[in-house]
Amino acid sequence: MAEVEETLKRIQSQKGVQGIIIINAEGIPIKSTLDNSSTVQYAGLLHQLVMKTRSTVRDLDPQNDLTFLRVRSKKNEIMIAPDKDYFLIVIQNPSD
Amino acid sequence: MEIVYEYVKKRSEFGRPCNFSDRPADLHLDIQPDAELAACFFALDSRDVGMQCAADMSEHEVNTERIESESRGINHVEGGWPNNVNPQEIEHTMRFRKKVEKDENYIKAILKLGTQMEYSIKQNNTIDIYEEYFEEEQVEEEEMTDAKEQPAAKTINVFRDPNEVKRTASSLSWHPDGNHKLAVGYSCLEFQRAAKGMSFDSYIWDIENRNQPELTLKPVSPLVSLEYNPKDSHILLGGSYNGQIAYWDTRKGGQPVEMSAIEHSHRDPVYKVIWLQSKTGTDAFSTSTDGQVLWWDIRNMKEPTERLVLDPSKKENLENALTAVSLEFETTMPTKFMVGTEQGLVVACNRKAKTPAEKIVCTYSGHRGPIYALQRNPFFPKYFLTVADWTARIWSEDIRESSIMSTTFDMAYLMDGCWSPVRPSVFFTVKMDGTVDVWDFLFKQNNPTLSLKVCDEALCSVRVQSNGRLLACGSQLGTATLLEISPGLYTMQRNERALANEMFERETRREKILEARLREIRLKERSRLEQVKEEEVQDAEGEESPEELIARAEKEFFQIVEAEIMKWKKELDSIRPTEMD
Repeated sequence: MAEVEETLKRIQSQKGVQGIIIINAEGIPIKSTLDNSSTVQYAGLLHQLVMKTRSTVRDLDPQNDLTFLRVRSKKNEIMIAPDKDYFLIVIQNPSD
Repeated sequence: MEIVYEYVKKRSEFGRPCNFSDRPADLHLDIQPDAELAACFFALDSRDVGMQCAADMSEHEVNTERIESESRGINHVEGGWPNNVNPQEIEHTMRFRKKVEKDENYIKAILKLGTQMEYSIKQNNTIDIYEEYFEEEQVEEEEMTDAKEQPAAKTINVFRDPNEVKRTASSLSWHPDGNHKLAVGYSCLEFQRAAKGMSFDSYIWDIENRNQPELTLKPVSPLVSLEYNPKDSHILLGGSYNGQIAYWDTRKGGQPVEMSAIEHSHRDPVYKVIWLQSKTGTDAFSTSTDGQVLWWDIRNMKEPTERLVLDPSKKENLENALTAVSLEFETTMPTKFMVGTEQGLVVACNRKAKTPAEKIVCTYSGHRGPIYALQRNPFFPKYFLTVADWTARIWSEDIRESSIMSTTFDMAYLMDGCWSPVRPSVFFTVKMDGTVDVWDFLFKQNNPTLSLKVCDEALCSVRVQSNGRLLACGSQLGTATLLEISPGLYTMQRNERALANEMFERETRREKILEARLREIRLKERSRLEQVKEEEVQDAEGEESPEELIARAEKEFFQIVEAEIMKWKKELDSIRPTEMD
């Protein structure tokens, strides 16, 4: 438990990180550093995106699997690390 | 006392049960065959009948119905929570979350994902992995591809005249702000060809909706020209076929707010009306083929405020007047205006002149037909474009005798033209064979840069939207087509203004030199003729009167004829002796 907290704190302290969300396989946000409405929005939308991406990768090659997903946009970058049951989402503003 | 109405009917007459019974057949009529009638016919025992072994087909017409769409919103609520958890209750959700956090799987997963994530984050922070290394090159590439990109135009929308009897879309005007409305004036410009049931209405279309016009304007006579007031976008001024001017306020509906008195209006269709720049924003002027230019203040339409007769001999004589079909006014030069006439002359006038004689400043000749369009270049007002006969010409104000640049003679008659408001060297023309030409004079001068066939009938009017991207053209059958042109034609290239200016100046100089040369030649000719005349005067005996000249010519003629006859006789004689042999 404490390690989880430590990990999340370490991630949060990195440069440019705007928010962290952990969602479970059903798309329910477990932990989040953003406000509730944004969390719900991110969770709902990104959950679908990850599902779609994963199925795409597996359709192309059944032995392949999704390991990491990065969505870079004009304003920030959303990074999603998927696992069997949980997803870790980090929104970072890459300062360049 | 109770008021009562009594209604009596026998019980036996109410819904009496039907009593059906059987009875034998009753012969009413028996018609026997008449042998006499049979004698009129004879039996054919074999007949020729055509048969076809083909599938039975029937024709059906199907037209898809227009989909009616409605905008609706959906309200999303949170989901995904398991059955026992109520998402509204914070307690439940907190409890659920806490439970998950204690799960072993969770801890393992997060630790693993955490390390992965940290790697990516740090990577992001160290270098920008999506950095553009060669930005300038990319921009150059884009520019190059733009230049190589074929100029093209795409039809976005077509607005058809909803009436049965089709009329020409004779004039178009874009809404001054927003550019999402187009006013189209419809009329039948052919002399006395207007069909009986022709409607007089003109429409304002919203460019998104092509099925129904946004507003119908109902004038007394069809509108030949129609213009939005550039200052007040609700006011439109229309010049009609019978010579009257009327103005509309779109907030007040389709009837004209006021019409000019018919005695003081034009006597011919009003081919062009233009709004003037004034403090009140209510001044306009109009012109028509009756040779007059009238100034109006729309607040008082009973009489024009000023009148000018286009008489080149400056005597205000309506009989001699030039008949005008187009008008030009530039807001940056409020005292000058130009009129294009049916005779092919462009007359430049000064509004502020004291006497009517001084109103007409000069004329530019060179066209062979009525000048249908006349417009100053929005970037360089000294140069103006005229569209007439089979060419479009660019003129400079200083050179009166000829245009400085001209397009080649086209196969079809040019009907209208206008400059692009965003690029100084681009202009558009439309022709009688239904094509729109986009000319870019910096790029190519002997051919249009883009020539597009829009429809089969003649195109009579064209107008560009003020952002230069959309082009509306009106055809003879009343269809107004909206075209979008490719970005290359509405984005200004680098130093285009300077180049265009140079080009125009160069052509002006060329014309000036040519003019000077011509003048020199003419002077020389004149001085030579004078010398010859002096010599002739010296030997006056040599002069012959006309009759003597004729007698001399006759004598010479007969002499020549006789000489010829003698020659032929000699030839025949020389041939004949050989024949007889």
